Amino acid sequence: MNDIYMDNNATTMVDPEVVTAMLPYFSEQFGNPSSLHSFGNKVGFALKNARKQVQNLLGAEHDSEIIFTSCGSESDSTAILSALKAQPERREIITTVVEHPAVLNLCEYLETEGYTVHRLEVDSKGRLDLEAYRKLLSDQVAVVSVMWANNETGTLFPVLEMAEMADEAGVLFHTDAVQAVGKIPMNLQDTSIHMLSLSGHKLHAPKGVGVLYLKRGTRFRPLLRGGHQERGRRAGTENTASIVGLGLACEQAMQHMEFENTQVKKLRDRLQQGILDAVPNAFVTGDPDNRLPNTLNVAFEYIEGEAILLLMNKMGIAASSGSACTSGSLEPSHVMKAMGIPYTAAHGTVRFSLSRYNTMEEVERVIEAVPPIVAKLRKLSPYWGDNGPVENPEQAFAPVYA
Amino acid sequence: MWDYSEKVKEHFYNPKNAGAIADANGVGDVGSISCGDALRLTLKVDPETDIILDAGFQTFGCGSAIASSSALTEMVKGKTLDEALQISNQDIADFLDGLPPEKMHCSVMGREALQAAVANYRGEEWSDDHEEGALICKCFAIDDVMIRETIQANNLRTVEEVTNYTKAGGGCSSCHEGIENILTEELAARGETFVPAAAGKKKPAKKSGLVEIEEPAPAAASGGMTLVQRIRKIEEVLEALRPALKADHGDVELVDVEGKVVYVNLIGACSGCQMAAMTLGGIQQKLIEALGEFVKVIPASERPAVA
Repeated sequence: MNDIYMDNNATTMVDPEVVTAMLPYFSEQFGNPSSLHSFGNKVGFALKNARKQVQNLLGAEHDSEIIFTSCGSESDSTAILSALKAQPERREIITTVVEHPAVLNLCEYLETEGYTVHRLEVDSKGRLDLEAYRKLLSDQVAVVSVMWANNETGTLFPVLEMAEMADEAGVLFHTDAVQAVGKIPMNLQDTSIHMLSLSGHKLHAPKGVGVLYLKRGTRFRPLLRGGHQERGRRAGTENTASIVGLGLACEQAMQHMEFENTQVKKLRDRLQQGILDAVPNAFVTGDPDNRLPNTLNVAFEYIEGEAILLLMNKMGIAASSGSACTSGSLEPSHVMKAMGIPYTAAHGTVRFSLSRYNTMEEVERVIEAVPPIVAKLRKLSPYWGDNGPVENPEQAFAPVYA
Repeated sequence: MWDYSEKVKEHFYNPKNAGAIADANGVGDVGSISCGDALRLTLKVDPETDIILDAGFQTFGCGSAIASSSALTEMVKGKTLDEALQISNQDIADFLDGLPPEKMHCSVMGREALQAAVANYRGEEWSDDHEEGALICKCFAIDDVMIRETIQANNLRTVEEVTNYTKAGGGCSSCHEGIENILTEELAARGETFVPAAAGKKKPAKKSGLVEIEEPAPAAASGGMTLVQRIRKIEEVLEALRPALKADHGDVELVDVEGKVVYVNLIGACSGCQMAAMTLGGIQQKLIEALGEFVKVIPASERPAVA
């Protein structure tokens, strides 16, 4: 039996057609797109085509609004640092407590440089308070950076509305949309979003390529200065093969958009129902009514996520967890903490993230495999009795900190 | 994914002595739910002989926490309490053929559960004597709390001093930014300012009045060992470590000794292993203890070319 990959929010398989489209750009089409001769010229046309394909998926008004970068993190850093550089008199940033480390750690560093960072909190379902947000918008704020979809829970933030509010207040709005692009439809020309980050490897393109969408007219200062590539906004010879791959992957994502939101969603919903029906003391984290169609995050109480993943891996099932141990940190996922999920459940969260390559047969196999794994680990847990959690678990087992 | 040994996997997939002992007379609960690892150890001790007749564990935690718990119960059964208390966390890790640096705290938790259970059996109070912080140096598994305490206790001022006292930062050096940040805070707390070493400069001038690990007091055991005596001693230490390395299909050979620098070759599975820095750190520690002087263990491949 083949292994089952349900960790597509971590990274995705490069589509075989994408690989085929890329291959010539390593060999016969190796030219530098900046060169005048025919070796380079053809590659230049291929980049132009890829830029169009990305533009279409994003619904951008102009293809010149697409800047190719090396990854989502580079796009995030470029956007935030550009906003600060371009408006030196503004010293505040608004973001959320549940952002990806690409944004959170940058903001934490910027605090040491004297910037003020406002981190919007979330409720128990991972939702923002827009009134609290409105109060923070001022002419001191250089940029708002809010993710479109959360990587752990799939919860969607109302970025269209938030961008509108920022725009009205005269504040730049950036969204880290690496989890959203390709999974939900968007039409950026109808929005007030000024900057958006995407990452190739989350949508079946290769790793090492990303995009910063920059709405025409948005004030901008490059992160990398040097050559004139990307109209002087991102120096460095283009990663041509990967850009061609990303272009095709965007075109495919466009074609599969409906499939993603019907068929993939159906798989995810069946997985959720199957697991919750069979496993007691388990619940969905985040906002189940407002999330990505491919993502399911379940908290299994009284056991730890890494142990679950190792046993699933032994059965050939790949997923990920918000436990401290899987990341080598001392705390469970900051997203689970922000939602107030108790430690005994936060360490036991498992994220299943599907793609159009998953099948119903795989979903049924996972539904079969998970309950015995959970039961096995609960048998080892000091919180678990013969047939359920011990009475008053927190008092029954209160270890000395070690 | 972690690079777990076969032994860790074996004890995780098929843990020994899982569950609580029904008629236990010693119980130890340790761990931290916020960190995601906690363990209850139950012991059945023969009151006549003090021998541990049976041991069981219940663990909330990751693969290595469960494996460490399982290993611990196997190790203590049949031992007297005093014998069992001799087990160090390193012994637990060794029993499992090693743990990744980020997971060494699982073995510490095992040792502490044992201490707590024995104290419980003897009717004593047991309090945890260490606090765990964020892991700073991954090469040598040194955490934030350990670095801060050492800085405070010894008035340390530079990254190099922190490395000499704790080994943190002595491997790949990518944690130096983190150590500098800690130094900045700790020095500010005592009213001083952290001055980083200038780039490219060999060494900052040594401050007088500090205990220098590199220049140990002559009272240390080594005293006036001749070069031959030192090399013999080093060979002895390596010989003692060899079985553990061989168990991992690796080996070590002594290449040369130059002053305080000991050049070795890691062979077989050890060469290129991610844990090589950890292994070298362990060898260095053992050599420092045996020789009674500070020495650096460096792979022969990193030896500067001789002019």
